[in-house]
Amino acid sequence: MSAGYSPSTTAATEQISSTRRRGLAAERVSWEIDGRLILDDVGVLAPAGAVTGLLGPNGSGKSTLLRTLAGVQQAGRAAPPAIGRAPDELASSGAGPSTTFDGADLGALPRRERARVLALVEQDAGTDLPLSVLDAVLLGRIPHRSLLAGDSDADRAAAHAALTAAGARELAEREVGTLSGGERQRVHMARALAQQPRLILLDEPTNHLDIAAQLHAMRVLRELAADGVTVVAALHDLNLAASTCDHLVLLDGGRVVAAGPVGEVLVPAVLEPVYGVRVDVLTHPRTGRPVLSFERG
Amino acid sequence: MSRRWSSPARPGLALPVAALVLILSIGVAVTIGPADLALSEVGRSVATHLGLGGALGLEPLPTLRDGMVWQLRMPRILTAAAVGAGLALCGAVMQSLTRNPLADPYLLGLSSGASLGAVLVLLAGVPLLLPVAAFVGAVGALALALSLAGALGTITPTRTVLAGLAISQLCAAAVSFVIFWSAKGDAFREVLSWLMGSVASATWTSVAIAGGAVLVLGTLLALTGSVLDAFTFGDTAAAALGVPVNRARWILLIGVALLTGALVSQSGSIGFVGLILPHAVRLFTGARHRLLLPLSALAGASFLVWADTLARTVFEPRELPVGIVTAAIGAPVFAVLLWRGNHR
Repeated sequence: MSAGYSPSTTAATEQISSTRRRGLAAERVSWEIDGRLILDDVGVLAPAGAVTGLLGPNGSGKSTLLRTLAGVQQAGRAAPPAIGRAPDELASSGAGPSTTFDGADLGALPRRERARVLALVEQDAGTDLPLSVLDAVLLGRIPHRSLLAGDSDADRAAAHAALTAAGARELAEREVGTLSGGERQRVHMARALAQQPRLILLDEPTNHLDIAAQLHAMRVLRELAADGVTVVAALHDLNLAASTCDHLVLLDGGRVVAAGPVGEVLVPAVLEPVYGVRVDVLTHPRTGRPVLSFERG
Repeated sequence: MSRRWSSPARPGLALPVAALVLILSIGVAVTIGPADLALSEVGRSVATHLGLGGALGLEPLPTLRDGMVWQLRMPRILTAAAVGAGLALCGAVMQSLTRNPLADPYLLGLSSGASLGAVLVLLAGVPLLLPVAAFVGAVGALALALSLAGALGTITPTRTVLAGLAISQLCAAAVSFVIFWSAKGDAFREVLSWLMGSVASATWTSVAIAGGAVLVLGTLLALTGSVLDAFTFGDTAAAALGVPVNRARWILLIGVALLTGALVSQSGSIGFVGLILPHAVRLFTGARHRLLLPLSALAGASFLVWADTLARTVFEPRELPVGIVTAAIGAPVFAVLLWRGNHR
C-alpha cells in the first residue's frame, strides 16, 4: 500500500494539507443507521483527472459512502469517529470527519453551490411520469439557475453537450420510461454531466448493463477524467475495475481494507479474505493490466 | 409511444389560450340556467358592477335579471372556478412531491379532514373560524395518513394511498355522524354537500375566501416548479441537485393543506379534480412543472365550472352535488389512465 492511500493516518493528513492536493479527500467518515455502524472511520483519496474505483462485497458500505460523500444520505446519522479509540486520544488528534474537494470543505458549502461542484449518479433512479430525455437532462441545470427561471439557451446547450458526451444524443426526444437499461444509464450520466461537475460520484454505473454498454459507460468515465474531472465509481465487476480504474479503494464491513493503485489492490492476498474466493491474477497480453480469475475458496 | 412529450406545439400559447377558455367558460356558464340570459347581458351586468357601465355607455340590467347574474350565478361559478383551479394545483404538487400518481387531496384524506374540521366548527357555532378549522382538519388528516403509511414501513405510493383511504373514510364517517347527531330536518342534503361537494350556496364571501386562497397560495405553489422538477427522480436526486428535501417537502405540503382547507370550507370535498386534471395536462406539457402547474390550475377551473353547470342543469330543477358529476367523468378517465399506465 502506498503511503498516500492509507486512510486516516497522520502522514496522509499532512500530505493533503501541505500540498492542497487536487481532488477528493475524505477522512474519518463514519455513519450509523439504527445504531448499526455502516461506515467505520473511512478515508478516501481520489485525485483529480483520474478514475477511482470503489470496490467491496455486497453490504460493504459503498452506496452509503457515496451518498455520505455527496451529502445526501437521508437515513441514519454521522457516528462519532474512531469507535474504540480512547477519548483523550481522539481529542488530542483534534480531528472529526472531513470531506474536502480541491482543498474546500464540501460539507460547509451551501447545497446549491455543492450541486454545482458535485454530481451523484444513483443506481436505478426511475420515474413514473412521462418525461422526455432532454427534460430529464435539463434537471441537471437546476443548481445553475434561479429557482424561478426557466431553461435558458445556455441550459439547453449544456444539456445537449451532456447528452453528446454521454453518447445519448439520439435519445433526446424519447420518453425516459421507454428506454432500455443501458440507454437509461446514459441519460442519468448525461443529467449528472449537465450539472457540469468537477467531481462525479457514480453508484454501480454498469449494473444490469450488457457488456457493450458497460464498456461504453466506462469509456465515458475515462473521457471525463481526461478532462480533469474527479471520478469516483462504485463497481462490482473487479475485471472492469482492473481495466479502467487508476486507483482503487476496497471496502469490507464498512472499513477500508486496501487502497492504492490497481496493481497493489487487485492481488490475491488482499482480495481472497474479503470476497472469500480464490483469486488468480493474470496479465492482459495487450494492455498489461491485471485480469482476474476466480474459483470458490 | 412516439409523441414528443417535451415540446407542446407552442408552449407560450398554451397559457393565454387556457385563460381565454376559462373566461369564456365563465361567461357562457352564467347564461345557462332556468331563465335564459344572453352573453351580452352578462357583460353588461359585470361591467356595471365593476363601475365601467357609465364609461362604456351601457344600460344597467333590470334588477331581477341583474340579481340573477350578479347575486345568484356569478358567485357560484367563480367559486367553482377557484375551487377547481386550487384542487388541480394541489393534486399536481402532491403527485410530484410524493412521487405518487394517485396522490390528490381527496384520495389522501385532506378533503375529508377539512370537511370534518369545518363541520365541527359550524356545530360549535363559530362560522368565522371555518377556513382555519378546515385547514387544521386537512393538516391533521395529512399527518395521520403519512404517519400511518410510515408506520407500515417505508412510505411507498401504495401504502400512502391505503393509509389515505383509511383516514378519508374515517373522517367522512365522522362528518356524517356529526351532522346526523346535530342537524334537524334535511340532514341528508347537508351530509351530501360536505362529502360530495357543492357550490350551490356560494356567496361573494365564498368567492373571496376560495379565490383569495388560490390567488395567494396558488401563485406561490405555481412558482415552485423547479423545486418539484428536482423531485422527479426521488429524494436523493433532489438533494443532489441542491434542494433542501425535507424542508421543501414540509413547506409545500403545508401550503397544499392550507389551500385545500380554504377551498373545502367553501365547497365541501370534491373528488377527482386534483387527481385527473394534472394527468390530463401532462399529456400536453410533459412532466415538467413550469407550464404544468399554471395550466393545471386554469384547466381545473374550466373543468369545475362546466361540471357545476351540468350539476345544476341536467336534472333541472333538481340539483346534483357537483362531486357526483366530477366522479362520473373522473372515474372512467382514471380507469383509462390506469390501463394506459399498465401498458406503457
